[in-house]
Amino acid sequence: MTTTAIALPTAIERPQHGAFSWAVQDALTVTWRNLVAMKRTPQVLVFSTIQPIIFVLMFRYVFGGSIRIPGVDHYVDYLMPGVFAQTVVFGSIQTGVALAEDLQKGLIERFRSLPMARSAVLAGRTLADLVRNVFVISLMVLIGFLVGWRIHTSVWGAIGGIALMLFFSHSLAWVFALVGLSAANAEAAQAISFPILAPLVFASTAFVSASSMPAPLEWFAEHQPVSIVIDAVRSLTYGGPFSDPEKVLAAILWSVAIIAVAAPLAVRMYRRKV
Amino acid sequence: MTDAIIVEDLRKQFGSVVALDGVSFSVPTGTVLGLLGPNGAGKTTSVRVLTTILAPDSGRAEVLGLDVTEHTQAVRESIGLAGQYAAVDENLTGRENLRMIGRLSHLAKPVVLTRATELLERFSLADAADRPVRTYSGGMRRRLDLAAALLHRPPVLFLDEPTTGLDPSGRQDLWGVIEALVREGTTLLLTTQYLEEADRLADNIVVIDHGRVIAEGTSSELKATMGSTIVEVGFEAPDTARRAQTELARIGLCDVGSSSTVVELKVDDGARVVLEVVRALDHAQLEPVTLNVREPTLDDVFLSLTGHKAEDPVLDDAPAESGRRRTRGAA
Repeated sequence: MTTTAIALPTAIERPQHGAFSWAVQDALTVTWRNLVAMKRTPQVLVFSTIQPIIFVLMFRYVFGGSIRIPGVDHYVDYLMPGVFAQTVVFGSIQTGVALAEDLQKGLIERFRSLPMARSAVLAGRTLADLVRNVFVISLMVLIGFLVGWRIHTSVWGAIGGIALMLFFSHSLAWVFALVGLSAANAEAAQAISFPILAPLVFASTAFVSASSMPAPLEWFAEHQPVSIVIDAVRSLTYGGPFSDPEKVLAAILWSVAIIAVAAPLAVRMYRRKV
Repeated sequence: MTDAIIVEDLRKQFGSVVALDGVSFSVPTGTVLGLLGPNGAGKTTSVRVLTTILAPDSGRAEVLGLDVTEHTQAVRESIGLAGQYAAVDENLTGRENLRMIGRLSHLAKPVVLTRATELLERFSLADAADRPVRTYSGGMRRRLDLAAALLHRPPVLFLDEPTTGLDPSGRQDLWGVIEALVREGTTLLLTTQYLEEADRLADNIVVIDHGRVIAEGTSSELKATMGSTIVEVGFEAPDTARRAQTELARIGLCDVGSSSTVVELKVDDGARVVLEVVRALDHAQLEPVTLNVREPTLDDVFLSLTGHKAEDPVLDDAPAESGRRRTRGAA
């Protein structure tokens, strides 16, 4: 064989950073990419806010008049924490759908051949979805104010309530990252998610009090995590008869527990995947 | 000259499907290897192992002297990969895609920006650089995908079926680009189902089928195994062709082709054989519609090695070589 006279190319020099600093930078790069994608496909965001807006209008003006919650003067004050939960819970399906889509299109395969941090895809996904939830919840707060929702506690209570809702939504993002990684494709991820979430959202204290339900359902509706988070947010934004610091603590513990279980599982599945 | 890529007795099984059944080959630095084989032969699996995406069950794979399972990070820093599905983000613009990949390849920001502009120009994407990729044609996506693989100027490049699904002009364009890269000294491993592509781009060819290497050599070495000349005699109907086949077999000329109306003869001395063929057919009163004397192509080589054509749609027993997701994406 002959030897070539041309100088062989060498890879471009890279700046030296520690592994942690690269991991943060990579996660932020993926987050940026996910946020740009959200901005360019506004229909996803529109669809995920239209349903809760319809629910606000329906429950506020159609059913609200005939729903009596003990200790509540204005039903809308009871309703809004439930709508926030409905919005973030159904919105979390998007985490799984988007991940399944990236897997399907081979983008994650390309990522796996790059020297980037392994954690960046999941961290970037869940972080971008947290930003999306901040936007969506702000929009729902605004709509709540427009239809007469008022905070009965303090600004700090309200901020705490919204922060709690966001924290819970972040824990769900990890659950649906798991769903997205195990689903065969984006459509399947969507199809699996709804039946899991519908009972959690509707068999809850989101729209009506659990005491109106048959006994076994009442027990479920009172103790399942979505209800607990909703009640905790009511405690922080309405107070009075709903004031219940234990619920707030329970909501935080639920969120921490969900992350503690789902995040390591998702990371493990991602490492094995593709 | 040292080898940039070394693969030794590589094995990989997906469930009961054997994707790689002891594959060995090497690619000298600065040369192009064409990994040739039908769907499901194990081409993509080999590339996925070499690019650190997939761990092999056993065997050794090295890139630039680095074991791909031990020095994953160092290997990732010196390779570029462009796959068959043009893994670019539809929602980002061409430039944003390159920026993302550049940042994730850990290049410095200013370097990423200049490299992106440079590559967009070079691959004739400058005009479309700031449009979302979903507005791009198939050929443009492939070029962007290749640009992304080249951002950090990798000394070793893997192209997995780079032109599958492209129209002829898109294919020609991409071939030009690849040839320019090779002139700069990049070591290239190229998988393809197209013999013409391997013939044009590759210094060496490794033919694999069912996870095994079944032949290797330069394109002309492989063709030489086929004898020097092919004589093709075409007939109007299959039964005339069959009778001609019998007649010609009587004078020691055997059909090596697979067509029902064309008799293909592999011979050393084309001109003399043509005369014999004409005499024999005339004697048996069989009238051919075409008579062709040509050099063997890689298609002939493939057919004689595997018993089927390289571009046959898919064999029923072909393993889904890259797991369920990719197979579905291929549809």
